[in-house]
Amino acid sequence: MSKSTSSPSLKTARGLGSAKEGTDHWWMQRLSAIAMMILAPLMILLVITLIGEDYATAATKIGSPFWGGVAILFVCASFYHAHLGLQVVIEDYIGNHAARLATLLVLRGVLIVLGLIAALSVLRLMLA
Amino acid sequence: MTEQNTTVQRPLSPHLQVYRLPLLPLMSITHRVTGVALAFGTLVLAWWLAALATGPGAYAVFSAFMMPLGGLALLGWMIAIAYHFCNGIRHLIWDTGHALELESAEKAGIAVLIGWGILSVAMVALALFFWAT
Repeated sequence: MSKSTSSPSLKTARGLGSAKEGTDHWWMQRLSAIAMMILAPLMILLVITLIGEDYATAATKIGSPFWGGVAILFVCASFYHAHLGLQVVIEDYIGNHAARLATLLVLRGVLIVLGLIAALSVLRLMLA
Repeated sequence: MTEQNTTVQRPLSPHLQVYRLPLLPLMSITHRVTGVALAFGTLVLAWWLAALATGPGAYAVFSAFMMPLGGLALLGWMIAIAYHFCNGIRHLIWDTGHALELESAEKAGIAVLIGWGILSVAMVALALFFWAT
């Protein structure tokens, strides 16, 4: 009895756990968080400086290499971070397996589409 | 026997209508609430960038839609991101194994609240400055 509980289990030996992802979810949530410690202040600064500005000013500024780069990197990090975070919230509150899987898939699809729209929009402004 | 069942003498705890959440759990659920709110904010971010890429007409539609509540939404976005930012740093510190004791965790929590206040005021002041000029 005590031997079976103290000996390493198969999941420990393989180090990936039941979801076969290991510590990837936890680790990527932290990495995207660290990335946004730099990107979020820059993005906020970009948004604040564009308050009350007209279309041409905003389009030109986001189309610039630096601010366009900031916007694309922020979109990538924030949408990825949002997916990881919302996934945990959904797994916490939706017990029904079918409903949980469906919600997770819809979430992933929506965030991929929105993220692509956002990032490609910035790219278009940069290439305009 | 039946009388004992109808009048319960033992304490019913924690009674949700009178139970005040301690600081740490309150800050924990606030982190999650601000996180979910910020995730919904990505919808507006995507719309804003897509409208800019589409042209002045689409941007005018976006601006008109955001005009009545846009300032308030922006204010909420900044306050939420300031909280999630500060408390997120506390999470990263916890991940290194520091400030995990109740007393140090609460001290770090108060530091987060102070940082949140300073960041929020600074951002709103900066926003008002750019809005006025």
